[in-house]
Amino acid sequence: MAESKPKPKIRKEAEPMPKQKPEVRRKNFDEVALGYAEEQARAEANRCLQCPKPQCVSGCPVEVPIPEFVKLLKEGKYEEAARKIKEKNSLPAVCGRVCPQEEQCQKLCVMGKVGEPVSIGRLERFVADWERERGTAQKTENPTPTGKKVAVIGAGPAGLTVAADLAKKGHKVAIFEALHLPGGVLVYGIPEFRLPKKIVRAEANYVERLGADLKLGFLVGRIYTIPELLKERGFDAVFVGTGAGLPAFMKIPGENLGGVYSANEFLIRVNLMKAYAFPFYDTPIRIGKHVVVIGGGNVAMDSARSALRLGAEEVCIVYRRSREEMPARQEEIENAEEEGIVCKFLANPTKFVGGEKGWVKAMECVCMELGPADESGRRRPVPVRGSEFTMDVDTVVVAVGRTSNPIIQSTTEGLAVTKWGTIVADENGKTSIEGVYAGGDIVTGEATVISAMGAGKKAAKAIHEYLMNKK
Amino acid sequence: MYKIIAARELAPKIKLFDVQAPEMAEKAKPGQFLIIIINEKGERIPLTIAGYDTAQGTIRFAFNEVGKTTKQLGCLKEGDCIDNITGPLGNPSEIKNFGKVLCVAGGVMIAPMLLQIRALREAGNSVTTVIGARIKDLIFFEKEMESLSDKLYIATDDGSKGHKGMDFLKEILEKDKFDRCVAWGPVVMMKTVSQLTKPCSLKTIVTLMPIMVDGMGMCGVCRVTVDGKMRFGCVDGPEFDGHGVDFDELVNRQRMLLPEERLSSLLWETRGGCACGGK
Repeated sequence: MAESKPKPKIRKEAEPMPKQKPEVRRKNFDEVALGYAEEQARAEANRCLQCPKPQCVSGCPVEVPIPEFVKLLKEGKYEEAARKIKEKNSLPAVCGRVCPQEEQCQKLCVMGKVGEPVSIGRLERFVADWERERGTAQKTENPTPTGKKVAVIGAGPAGLTVAADLAKKGHKVAIFEALHLPGGVLVYGIPEFRLPKKIVRAEANYVERLGADLKLGFLVGRIYTIPELLKERGFDAVFVGTGAGLPAFMKIPGENLGGVYSANEFLIRVNLMKAYAFPFYDTPIRIGKHVVVIGGGNVAMDSARSALRLGAEEVCIVYRRSREEMPARQEEIENAEEEGIVCKFLANPTKFVGGEKGWVKAMECVCMELGPADESGRRRPVPVRGSEFTMDVDTVVVAVGRTSNPIIQSTTEGLAVTKWGTIVADENGKTSIEGVYAGGDIVTGEATVISAMGAGKKAAKAIHEYLMNKK
Repeated sequence: MYKIIAARELAPKIKLFDVQAPEMAEKAKPGQFLIIIINEKGERIPLTIAGYDTAQGTIRFAFNEVGKTTKQLGCLKEGDCIDNITGPLGNPSEIKNFGKVLCVAGGVMIAPMLLQIRALREAGNSVTTVIGARIKDLIFFEKEMESLSDKLYIATDDGSKGHKGMDFLKEILEKDKFDRCVAWGPVVMMKTVSQLTKPCSLKTIVTLMPIMVDGMGMCGVCRVTVDGKMRFGCVDGPEFDGHGVDFDELVNRQRMLLPEERLSSLLWETRGGCACGGK
């Protein structure tokens, strides 16, 4: 290829992602996006201009060296490419799948100005998968031990990132995870068909191989408190990455009827506990014929698509604003609609009506219209008088947001907390207590996997500096 | 992995396990609970802590073999391991010198009540105890309760031992003046006791074990209505003031997945239960 004048030869369109067909995938929990084949990955990588001043990297919260890894990919050095990413990102197979690249690295890609941006996420996924499936077991460096101990609370995206970065620096890291599996939202929230759990497990194993000690089923606050970890258990610093794990409800009549799930319950049953494989797995879930999911975010999409796969006849997403305001990724909305999920916009439930044995049988709604913008910058929905209507439903999933878990805050004296229950931390994760850092959803409220990882990255750097300066 | 150090049968289908878990033993307090997962395919079930031994590093819980998971748990023996136990979870009981306490325990909850009574006694309370079960064979810890209580009453649903039903409580409540009541057991029993204590304004603490999944505030399936407000059994409880609990809603929510639970249990038994190990 003529390296000096590549422009005329470069295709404007990105290599399409092979996917399971909608009519097939709506009946299984296998991954929807199948990933690039080698030739496709090479072809897509060849669209990268290798800009001398790459913009893409500045769009990445963890600063993955994008042009460098893409160059290695072009040269067929897949394993080296994966390791190049892992210098900055310990969870590339996860990020390649669930990052909103269209809002980050790819948004800034120069190719986006003439056509479609380079599919950086898909390339990241390709090399991460290649390394996991065909690579040689990575030698982990043995850094010189610093003799410092760090407790990481929560094995989600933020916690795993902090643990990996600090273990690489030679600190002794213990991760305390409250659930029985590592991954946090990656394992309890995001469904198998978007992020296979064996991938989460493999990436958590990598963090363990770096030297982090993973303790499962340890709910910090109940078993040890943060002051105890620091004063009695010999930890020099603590990172809190406990996420946004509490479900929000709508506080409307009938919400405690059978068949009304919080999205968290629904997804925890399906993802973490594998209820889709009941009775081979012990945790059950009941799905009716007419399912409604309330909300417009990625969690609503995940719930709706899971419900379809569990055998629902029809799944309807009810959202109080219009399509434009939906916080879900465009790609996920398209995937959902391709699978046959119907979206009902500008409607809001007001009551759930119970039938036999206390099970939900109908949902009363009111139509909404958009008023002036609220503090989030989105136009506030207001009910339209006289527009009430009723839907027959037998399963409801409430996906209207998640808030922070209060256990850490209530058991840590002196930890500054906002009125929303999130932990107050500066841009490096430093909290009001010396040696205690926090990052991810527990600080920002519900956000993305990659922003939590970015916060973890910064906190790890700050913790390292703190430890090395500490007498 | 959590090793079973001791396993004993308290009554038919009611078992008591001591499990190696030194950190939990150190931290556990009366009124808290554990989440147990038998193996990789297992569900997460909540069980009330029935004791702990810091010297031995063990934690104690009792269970009734009613569903698939508890039946499978009942097949485990000393030396076997449980995949994961998370705890202690939930808020500890309020233990202080209230004065005169009426403790009512039913079924499998008699086991954790013994721990509660011991703690109440240590705090200086005098304790009147009622233990109840469906039939006389299901009564256990009679001697232990007797030695810790000022008075012990026994009640069975069929009257095969002690009083028939819980109606006799009315007389006790008329005769004696109590400062607090703790009622732990099946929902129906807790409802009955709460109704009986309400007219004399005797504060009655019940412990709620609705369906739970994570047990730490994430899923919200354990939501209960107390004084008209939505509360989570796992993080706001498990204990609540019985006079404010919507017990009928709780019963409904406990039965939500009954058909699935029956299927699971039936499959376990038809596949041979213990014989195949179920693992």
